[in-house]
Amino acid sequence: MLTIDNLHVSYGGIKALRGINLKIDDGKIVTLIGSNGAGKSSTLRSIMNLVKKEEGSIKYDGEDLTNLPTKDIVKKGIALSPEGRRIFSNLSVEENLILGAYTINNKQKITEQMNKMYDLFPRLKERHWQKAGTLSGGEQQMLAVARALMIRPKVLMLDEPSLGLAPLLVKDIFDIIKEINRQGNTILLVEQNAKKALEIADYGYVLETGSIVLEGEGQILLEDDRVKEAYLGDAK
Amino acid sequence: MSIQEFLQHLANGTSLGSLYALLAIGYTLVYGILRLINFAHGEIFMLGAYIAYYGLTLTSLPWFVVFVLASVFTGIIGVTLERLAYKPLRNSPKITNLISAIGASFLFQNLAIMLFSGRPKAFPSPDVLTGVIYIGGVSVNIISLIIPVVTVVLLIILNTVIKKTKTGMAMRALSKDYEAASLMGIDINLVISFTFFIGSFLAAVGGIMWGIKYPQLIPIMGVMPGLKCFIAAVIGGIGNITGAVLGGFILGLGEIMLIAFLPTLTGYRDAFAFVLLIIILLIKPTGLLGEKTAEKV
Repeated sequence: MLTIDNLHVSYGGIKALRGINLKIDDGKIVTLIGSNGAGKSSTLRSIMNLVKKEEGSIKYDGEDLTNLPTKDIVKKGIALSPEGRRIFSNLSVEENLILGAYTINNKQKITEQMNKMYDLFPRLKERHWQKAGTLSGGEQQMLAVARALMIRPKVLMLDEPSLGLAPLLVKDIFDIIKEINRQGNTILLVEQNAKKALEIADYGYVLETGSIVLEGEGQILLEDDRVKEAYLGDAK
Repeated sequence: MSIQEFLQHLANGTSLGSLYALLAIGYTLVYGILRLINFAHGEIFMLGAYIAYYGLTLTSLPWFVVFVLASVFTGIIGVTLERLAYKPLRNSPKITNLISAIGASFLFQNLAIMLFSGRPKAFPSPDVLTGVIYIGGVSVNIISLIIPVVTVVLLIILNTVIKKTKTGMAMRALSKDYEAASLMGIDINLVISFTFFIGSFLAAVGGIMWGIKYPQLIPIMGVMPGLKCFIAAVIGGIGNITGAVLGGFILGLGEIMLIAFLPTLTGYRDAFAFVLLIIILLIKPTGLLGEKTAEKV
């Protein structure tokens, strides 16, 4: 179980997170929704210790992650597929995947996992020798997800995986997220596409200007009037 | 000019170009990863030569052992330089790092004058490397033939490391995106240290071979080669290893050929590199093999 306790983050005096508390149970899909600048990405980046925390703590299975270097957090089995994909465009698809498994020393395990990824994303297999920068946007997103999956993370965090993708691809990505979850991974999903995210989520949190204003099971949030009005675009 | 003379100049230019290439790689590697022009790199080259000098004069170790140890030791100096002068500034504006690099360069020069004295020292080259051989009427220094061979071997090793190993992949990833690289679990500090080690090691090998070819050591011997190799890296396209090698050979061969064909311009030997830099910056500012960075959104 991943828990966040009273997390505060600011960038140059501007508060991004004002004391949020989160709990992500093993094997679940948990989603964070909210508008731009609500603090969704900051939450994920705090978990990976990519941003400085002012206050608060982050624990995974009782172990304190708060001040651990990013590479050690990865070794604990937590992976983030960052916003904007951030694939290594100057490296081949295969090299991107190999780097995803940087913390694993067993070559056989890496190959096994890579083949699994190729099964999950056949497009990547077809293009394994290509420079990642030459892939289409959707393929790059798949690569970013596959790269994060290379360590078989216990917790997979996805930041806006559907951003900028065609509707058909969005559906694919969400199907894949469900499939990954079915294989036992815990998933923390940040999405602008609140409807899609809540549909597959076991539990959801709604962030507004750095605070959690609402939380509950995915299905219940989907029915909530405030959520409907603010994030699902449904008129009353 | 007879064909013999031309071949002699060609051998000379090739070996000078090799030395430049070895030094230019250090600039380009560090720039690729830190976006920093390591202006102390010429001084690392100088230290490599001096350390080998003291290794040869103060110990009775065989010369090749001394050369290897001196290069490794210089590599460690390069790693230390990064830890002390650049790492604390990693999140500062780039210009701060640049100033720190220039400061480190002056520090090394003056430290060298203090420790080794400003008086030139004769490099005690091992006899095997100083002879002259005749090939078809062309007399060539043995060292001028050895330098390109050593350089090519080192380049092949470097290329393999960067293309095939996990650390090499990590270096390439780091040159693209620090944060994404750390999300892979890559130890950024370790990779940066490794980069400085390689760059400084190659500079030391260059410095030692320079000492054999031009056997006079002075504390400012790294300044001009340092500047020229920075230019070589820019000409080839900074950040690009093949480009740095190409730039090194263009400069080395160009310089020697300029003197050979136009002896009246001998005094402008050092100006050649700068003129070439200006021309390249005017025609192709990204360098011969440099790419424009375009990003997909």
